[in-house]
Amino acid sequence: MSKTMDDTQSRLAHTNQRSSFEHKRRSLPLLVACLPLLLFIVTPILALLSRTSIAAMLAHIVEPEVAKAISLSISTSLITVVLTLIGGTPLAYLLARQRGRIWTLIDTLLDLPMVMPPAVAGIALLVAFGRRGVVGQYLDQLGLSLAFTPAAVVLAQTFVAAPYYVKSATTGFLAVERELEQAAMIDGAGSLRVFWLITLPLAWPALLGGAVMTWARALGEFGATIIFAGNFPGRTQTMPLAIYLGFEVQFEVALTLAVVLLVISFGMLAIVKWALMRR
Amino acid sequence: MLMRNLRALLLGLAILAGLSACGSATSAPTQVNVFAAASLTDAFQAAAHAFQAEHPELEIVLNTAGSQQLAQQIIAGAPADVFASANIKQLQVLADAGLVDAATQAIFASNRLTIIVPAQSSVSITGLASLAQPGLRLVLAAEAVPVGQYSREVLQKARAVYGAEFPAAVLANVRSNEQNVRAVLSKVALGEADAGIVYTTDAASSKDVALIDIPDALNVVAVYPLTRVRTSAHPEAAKQFVDYLLSPAGQAILRSYGFGAPAAAGAQP
Repeated sequence: MSKTMDDTQSRLAHTNQRSSFEHKRRSLPLLVACLPLLLFIVTPILALLSRTSIAAMLAHIVEPEVAKAISLSISTSLITVVLTLIGGTPLAYLLARQRGRIWTLIDTLLDLPMVMPPAVAGIALLVAFGRRGVVGQYLDQLGLSLAFTPAAVVLAQTFVAAPYYVKSATTGFLAVERELEQAAMIDGAGSLRVFWLITLPLAWPALLGGAVMTWARALGEFGATIIFAGNFPGRTQTMPLAIYLGFEVQFEVALTLAVVLLVISFGMLAIVKWALMRR
Repeated sequence: MLMRNLRALLLGLAILAGLSACGSATSAPTQVNVFAAASLTDAFQAAAHAFQAEHPELEIVLNTAGSQQLAQQIIAGAPADVFASANIKQLQVLADAGLVDAATQAIFASNRLTIIVPAQSSVSITGLASLAQPGLRLVLAAEAVPVGQYSREVLQKARAVYGAEFPAAVLANVRSNEQNVRAVLSKVALGEADAGIVYTTDAASSKDVALIDIPDALNVVAVYPLTRVRTSAHPEAAKQFVDYLLSPAGQAILRSYGFGAPAAAGAQP
């Protein structure tokens, strides 16, 4: 009895080994084909890391301008994510559930901030919300001035980054079967309860993935920020702006900030990947 | 199968390479890459145009940005033939990197600073002293940008007239440190800022701003040096353009855009 079992097991193990070997042999050409791209993407990241030492980084991180840029970047990008979740979730739900030309148009309009060059986004924001802008002139009369404030940084980030969340969340909501929602409704659940208990638990990976994309895009925002919000340490100088300026003045500082940005982004993405895999 | 595909791919690549080689063999004009300070944009476009009319075999490709940025680009290996800076400091940065061809180095123009305000503005600005009024939205170029450095020099000079606290009071009003002189101009022209400091040449290029003079005693003469870059791929052509800018014809173009004579500068690099 035990002998047969051992036998079966060993044969099974053998087959597994063989199929895994077979699998490796088959994927070898694919591996060769993807290697140049893979190396190309990994090399600059490793080069960046190889040029910095922990000691030099720690020395630069405590510099007031560097610390200011890091805290401004983190706070503004997190506010952007919160604003995006609040406004983007209902929008994504409507996009997933509504039919008609007007929603197709809205869907297309939402693609624009993702494909337009960030400098164009910055100019568009200036024309809309600048002191002489279409909306901005009325805000200015009310004593509300956005230019050169952290609020302008958040607006620039939200404009370019929010669509990533909306797109991903829409896909997530689309994947939730309407029948499930309708069944719960028939059972007497209110639409908010249905959303909370049925839709959200089923769609959350897409929502989380979208939120992370929005957050990462907001953290890296440069063009729209420098045009719309300007550049002042502690107020509008986020990490990407400080990196750009540092490149011209203090290369070591730019390098430090670049690595910090990389580490934060990598850490965040890793946590989210881990959370999604545990599911 | 794979090998055959690979061979086909390699053949395709070889044909492509051959084609592109043919493409460059046709008599396209030699491109001379001129890295010029942002404040030179309009004047150099005109100068390049006039130069190309005389030398159809050459094409001037302009790359304009803050001088500090250009210097870093060249040090990082950008294929520059000529570098025209808005201050001596950035030429020195390039010289320290061993990239200046000293034989071709010369001062070719000078410039002055002016305060600019939006053409229509509710804020009253009558002179340098007005820049210290609390709550003013002032935009300067960043300190690393030549015009930003000159602006701060003006504020330091003004201490003699307006007191030791004057520079700090003005700098407290700075809302943004822009990347180059044109960005300062745009922010003021759009009315985002109440005032800015730029070169007189830039101020003259915009109808949307009004000029408030900075008196000579407090003003700074911006000195513009240029050089052929030592690693230039087209040293002959680069030298020709440098010579053209220093010639009476080139100088006349610069003068027509408001730049001062190099002699006004006095300083040597």
